[in-house]
Amino acid sequence: MPIDILMPALSPTMEEGTLSKWLKNEGDKVVSGDVIAEIETDKATMEVEAVDEGVIGKLLIAAGTENVKVNTPIAVLLQEGDSADSIGFAAPKAETVSESAGGKASDPVEAPAAAKVPAAPKADVASDPDIPAGTEMVMTTVREALRDAMAEEMRRDADVFVMGEEVAEYQGAYKITQGLLQEFGANRVIDTPITEHGFAGVGVGAAMAGLKPIVEFMTFNFAMQAIDHIINSAAKTLYMSGGQMGAPMVFRGPNGAAARVGAQHSQDYAAWYSSIPGLKVVMPYTAADAKGLLKAAIRDPNPVVFLENEILYGQSFEVPKMDDFVLPIGKARIHKTGKDVTIVSWSIGMTYALKAMAELEKDGIDVELIDLRTIRPMDLPAIIASVKKTGRLVTIEEGYPQSSVGDFIANCVQREAFDYLDAPVLTIAGKDVPMPYAANLEKLALPNVGEVVQAVKAVCYK
Amino acid sequence: MAPKQVASAAGRKTGGKPAKSNGGAIAEFDKAEELNAYREMLLIRRFEEKAGQLYGMGFIGGFCHLYIGQEAVVVGMQMALKEGDQVITGYRDHGHMLACGMSARGVMAELTGRRGGLSKGKGGSMHMFSKEKQFYGGHGIVGAQVSLGTGLGFANKYRGNDNVSVAYFGDGAANQGQVYESFNMAQLWKLPVIYVIENNRYAMGTSVSRASAQTDFSQRGASFGIPGIQVDGMDVRAVKAAADEAVEHCRSGKGPIILEMLTYRYRGHSMSDPAKYRSKDEVQKMRSEHDPIEQVRLRLIEKGWATEDELKVVDKDVRDIVADSADFAQSDPEPDVSELYTDILL
Repeated sequence: MPIDILMPALSPTMEEGTLSKWLKNEGDKVVSGDVIAEIETDKATMEVEAVDEGVIGKLLIAAGTENVKVNTPIAVLLQEGDSADSIGFAAPKAETVSESAGGKASDPVEAPAAAKVPAAPKADVASDPDIPAGTEMVMTTVREALRDAMAEEMRRDADVFVMGEEVAEYQGAYKITQGLLQEFGANRVIDTPITEHGFAGVGVGAAMAGLKPIVEFMTFNFAMQAIDHIINSAAKTLYMSGGQMGAPMVFRGPNGAAARVGAQHSQDYAAWYSSIPGLKVVMPYTAADAKGLLKAAIRDPNPVVFLENEILYGQSFEVPKMDDFVLPIGKARIHKTGKDVTIVSWSIGMTYALKAMAELEKDGIDVELIDLRTIRPMDLPAIIASVKKTGRLVTIEEGYPQSSVGDFIANCVQREAFDYLDAPVLTIAGKDVPMPYAANLEKLALPNVGEVVQAVKAVCYK
Repeated sequence: MAPKQVASAAGRKTGGKPAKSNGGAIAEFDKAEELNAYREMLLIRRFEEKAGQLYGMGFIGGFCHLYIGQEAVVVGMQMALKEGDQVITGYRDHGHMLACGMSARGVMAELTGRRGGLSKGKGGSMHMFSKEKQFYGGHGIVGAQVSLGTGLGFANKYRGNDNVSVAYFGDGAANQGQVYESFNMAQLWKLPVIYVIENNRYAMGTSVSRASAQTDFSQRGASFGIPGIQVDGMDVRAVKAAADEAVEHCRSGKGPIILEMLTYRYRGHSMSDPAKYRSKDEVQKMRSEHDPIEQVRLRLIEKGWATEDELKVVDKDVRDIVADSADFAQSDPEPDVSELYTDILL
């Protein structure tokens, strides 16, 4: 049966073009790959190759014709057994083709109406496990808690390993991996060269093959070299593979400002990573949360960005002495209940919140303090419930103010609890400057307790 | 360290000279192997031609990078691998998937964005995967697959199995920094990774000599002590011989190895590339004198291992598979809208 050769689309945006030149004439024999015509698209002059074998029966569009719509028949190819007489029976017309789903030739323009987008699924997150009465609480630094979490999970699962700069022989640049090399050996505690882009990719590849890497960045500032693998390779693979494979792994290390380390070593990436579907982002404050959430992150089948804070590493908190203390990712913790105003913070931000809360108490303001713990997926229901009770909200973070995590929270709250708000939501962030080195300027660039007190009083109209 | 087997790079620097049989090893194919190579390469060729046609009709959108001309590389490599070995590549990936045994229907339906596609229509031309066939994508960021492929090799070493991973990338990706970060770790840790550099002479529109200070890509691992072999990538037997050597090198615990495949893509970089950066003569010369499929076809006829009629039967079989995949890819429904929010997190 004769085959219609159609005007091809030769770019992602082409709808019509000029048939500038025929390189074959009626009666010419063609085989697959022969160039039969030249077409001018919106971008360039392109060659059209034959896909099927046969003899050109008829050229339907003359050379030089402009504005030939995509999918218009431009020639008829006769196959073995066809005669030129059979051209009249040439099969499907262009219209038939373009009507099929996917044909992009002549879809009528529809009136703009909001497409029906299915609702994003809401996942139920379990509550924190009960800590049995009488459980011994052990004062532990965040540093030790993180190490214990890794050690426990490495004992539990041979597929878990840790890699990064100075994690093994040196015992960790910040001593988070202290003792791991001695217990688990060099096959599972792996010093890498100083090549973040490369070793992050190696980690993701190992995770795609089913291992459960913990990739330590000496700081997340260096992970900018590796962010392509965190986002494009780790976060998106499950979706791009239709659920066939993903990257069950943890990227962890200190994030944000430390002290006097300057602009390139003092950035908070919470807002960056938390905007990426396919990632989970955890930012603990206490040692207990650090331990329980890191254990959960290592077990999680998804890529988890675990943002720690250098200043918190040495702080001590009570950690329950339990065989297997795992906390749910995606669940906020009410640090203190209160009735007048809600403060939402996480990680180092909690230190400002706690000091401010003590000050505010003296003025008779009863703060409800929420430690978000996980930035993505975010426990918005906990925030909304609290705001419905207090009617006022202040958020605290160290990151840059534009497109901050607090901005996102404020937006969600005004959508879902607008009628409950008695004051605008105030978001406290770092200043809109690269981190300065000078001690006085650095102090100014970060949030401070006074700002928090002032903001809380402002939303309370006091 | 394995000796460098060829020195035809000088000829390649001009961009004009065709790849010559490299003087390196040529695998002796028996009849079954020749027929298999012919069929596998032809399937890729016909599949890609059909994909180009469906793109022209608007059934395939976005970017579509065809593998036509380079078929001998993946087919020869695949003939040397065993079950469990892993494959990963960049965005010019349709040929690799077919060579790995992934279904033509699944690949074509992914190209048209349908629910029967290998990624349920959510990945597209550059993003398909198969756990079953140990194919790890399908990556759109130039060079990313090199680190990821090194990670696959890491997993093999960690588990103590004897699988190797094959990371394919082009002459363009070979200039990315993470490639060398990966080379360093792979050799340092003796990871079983075969780096296959498909040197098709052009990184999009930039010829090798305009982008690369060292155009002999087989030597790109020299500073790490990684051996490299330059191979006539238009001759499937040469590819197979080099692949055998590389696989042996990796499986025996000697670490990574680089194979530079001197190859050529007949089509533009993507569907919308008119390929004005090279002469028609150059393309025509490669097609008429070095076509990987034609080479096998001529040998089959010469040796009396197949008649023209017998090869026509193979051609028809292949065309039928491709036609069936195209029909399926056009008739299969688009993904259900509920798929928008699936497969983001487990």
